[in-house]
Amino acid sequence: MSPVHGLATAAMIASIVVTATAGDVLTASAMRRIGDLDEIRARSGMAGAIRAVVTSGRFISGVLCMALSFFSLLFALSHADLSLVAPASASMTFVSNAAAAKFLLHENVDRRRWVAVFCVCCGVALLAH
Amino acid sequence: MVHSTMNARRYLVLAVVTLTSAFGDTFLDIGMKKLPLVSFHHLGTLLVALRTPWIIAGIILLIGFFASYLTALSWADLTYVLPATSLGYVIVALLGKYWLHEQISGARWLGIALITVGVGFVTRGPSYTEMPALVDSQGSRSVSAARSDDEAVATTAKVGRP
Repeated sequence: MSPVHGLATAAMIASIVVTATAGDVLTASAMRRIGDLDEIRARSGMAGAIRAVVTSGRFISGVLCMALSFFSLLFALSHADLSLVAPASASMTFVSNAAAAKFLLHENVDRRRWVAVFCVCCGVALLAH
Repeated sequence: MVHSTMNARRYLVLAVVTLTSAFGDTFLDIGMKKLPLVSFHHLGTLLVALRTPWIIAGIILLIGFFASYLTALSWADLTYVLPATSLGYVIVALLGKYWLHEQISGARWLGIALITVGVGFVTRGPSYTEMPALVDSQGSRSVSAARSDDEAVATTAKVGRP
């Protein structure tokens, strides 16, 4: 892999990671704001729960970011190997999600969760071999 | 404040997230392998794929995955749900070996072991970070984690979670 090609691949993987993280964080933020779906369903029925989700601007933004991430993945797969792109983007997304959840969603990401994220991140990377 | 909001039904929802994701991806894989190779010049093949039973079943399962994933995010942290449901990667690998007869190398078994350890770690810990919430004029809730606890107690109502 030439240095230029290597940089291009890194940029493609980075764009997948950024858009996937944005999608996950926006979706999680939307669900936290909406509240417990089980309670909403008990109160307003399934239609009420679906309405609460699909009328949330954050949820729509999150889904758009997820779609962008999917197309970034397709684009990257047309230029680089699946065995590099899929595990690299999936494992890096785990780490970036943990950081984003800590600083943007203010979740309490304690040592136990960091260890779990690290284990899953390494495990996903090893699954490609 | 971090605490567990989990009960048997919620663990079941996490299991549904894990299983629908793993089986959905596997069904899509089987469906796509039964079709001719899709190239950028023949993208119409993707529309044909949408009418095949394996792809339809895969899409139905992935819709189930997304619904259960959203449900889980409504009562648990993102940093709890993602590792807790990562056993899906392990199930995909096992389905690949025992159903699709793919080879699993030593490195993959090590990866499977690491993911399992990660899942064990996170699921034994708390699942939800309680945050002060503002009640606005429409009665909807918004997160205000930047405030100190004292300010929050004075000016906001906490969201009660079972």
